[in-house]
Amino acid sequence: MYKEKSNLKSFQVFATFGLIPLLVFGIVVLIPFFSGLFLSLTNWNGSIDGKIEFIGIGNYISAVRDPAFWGSLGKTFYYVFFVMILTNTSAFLFGLLVTSGMKGQNFYRAGYFTPNLIGGVILGYIWQFIFSRVFVYFGTKTGIPIFEISWLTDPHAALWALIIVGVWQNAGYMMLIYIAGFVGIDKSLIEAARMDGASPLQMLQKIKIPMMMPAFTITLFLTLRKAFMVYDVNLSLTKGGPYNTTELISMHVYNEAFLNQNMGPGQAKAFLLFLLVAVIAVAQVAALKKKEVDAI
Amino acid sequence: MMTQRRINSLIKQLFAILFLVFMLLPFFLVLINALKPRIEIIKNPMALPHALSLANFTKAWVTMKFGTVLMNTAYITAFSQILLIVFGAMLSYMLVRWDFKANKIIFTVLICAMIIPFQSLMIPFVSIFGKLGLMNSRTALIFFYMGFGMPMTTFMYHGFMKGISREMEEAALIDGCSHFYCFWKIVFPNLKPITTTILIVNILWIWNDFLLPSLVLIKDKNRTIPLSTFYFFGEYTAELGLAMAALILSVLPVVVIYLFLQKQIVTGVMDGAIK
Repeated sequence: MYKEKSNLKSFQVFATFGLIPLLVFGIVVLIPFFSGLFLSLTNWNGSIDGKIEFIGIGNYISAVRDPAFWGSLGKTFYYVFFVMILTNTSAFLFGLLVTSGMKGQNFYRAGYFTPNLIGGVILGYIWQFIFSRVFVYFGTKTGIPIFEISWLTDPHAALWALIIVGVWQNAGYMMLIYIAGFVGIDKSLIEAARMDGASPLQMLQKIKIPMMMPAFTITLFLTLRKAFMVYDVNLSLTKGGPYNTTELISMHVYNEAFLNQNMGPGQAKAFLLFLLVAVIAVAQVAALKKKEVDAI
Repeated sequence: MMTQRRINSLIKQLFAILFLVFMLLPFFLVLINALKPRIEIIKNPMALPHALSLANFTKAWVTMKFGTVLMNTAYITAFSQILLIVFGAMLSYMLVRWDFKANKIIFTVLICAMIIPFQSLMIPFVSIFGKLGLMNSRTALIFFYMGFGMPMTTFMYHGFMKGISREMEEAALIDGCSHFYCFWKIVFPNLKPITTTILIVNILWIWNDFLLPSLVLIKDKNRTIPLSTFYFFGEYTAELGLAMAALILSVLPVVVIYLFLQKQIVTGVMDGAIK
């Protein structure tokens, strides 16, 4: 640790190394965040010049009384739940497969990761084409009923279309984290278990999974966050349709503020969203940290 | 014994290929349809094209002004990276090496800021910076990326820097080097592994970001790849071949780079994710 003798010296160091990045961070992140918190407690309607009056938690009350908010939140939870489970199951399987010493495993890793290189908007359009053209064509040719009409025109199927794309998009990324977990397991543990005659399944259950707990903490946390915040794919794949049935929470907040121009309630919802994400993230990390200790 | 092992590896290969098909088939389907005229797509979107025609691509390139769009994306991504690397590295150096009381608070605030979803601050963001006339400018967007990327960049540098020995820099300081000079001459070159990781993670983020540029860049001369794809698709949904060609164009730059640097990118993302 360096110590500075005088305040002037300290300030010089701060001005050289920390001032500019912290100033930019403050202007871009902290000011909007705190003014958002403040404005959600006022009758602000989006213009800065208008007279702003403090109205307490009025916006929050109208936000939680809005059935559309709860509808969107419910669908988001449904979406998040399935994306989390399916993404992590497939990512875990991918990871297991491409660390098993098979031929061409680097090639497969790179292949599975590909969707992550591309923005959600573009991925959404790619799948829009698949769901509305390719699947429908396939359905009518083969007579398989679930493909005969476009998934994107049916409320329940459209939500599942979003889930499938979410899993497809994120699985490769989470796979990398599982790979790091598998590779990090002490070889002597595996060897010892093999000597004792453990079957591959026992090995997975008794050694690999418990030793992978840190990887699970990261992947569950990341999928939860990514799934909760999904916007790009939602916009390009379903645009919230049919009839707003797939309007997930990010899009709901966006539409409330920028399309319906309900700035106050919109910002209140945005802030509730932040609280929810923060609480879930903290709870989950705490829970999994506890498990890690138990496993050792 | 030998045959059992061979069967196992065959089954593994089979599954691996099956997964790969699921992951890559969508891109392939878009590609084959980008090469077809509209009637052929409607007739059978799963068939290979009868004749290779690049007509859709040239038309999509011109209507999207893809050259400009590509330059915009590259410009915004590159300058944001330079600022994030330069200032993120310096900030974390101060946080790691000095015993300032405020350092702990600064670091905690940066960590907490990583949880804030962009949606939670975009509404005041738009009205504040819109009021200041900072919308519609690529420079402003770069400035915003510097702010939004700072917590993650600093956090990653911070973790790495703690593990670097101080002998070299202390020797240089005794020789009369300034801290600033010493950081750039001695410390920064040692950060190369983490700098590469940060670059990969941040480039993928900014290159593909949609929501922030969609709020900041309205005029079409400033648009980035995700933005112009969005507007293009809105206008030309009916012209399927053209739309498919536009998608391929948007995907192409990253995929070409990936073909050459896949090992570095995969390792970089892996390191970034577990830090």
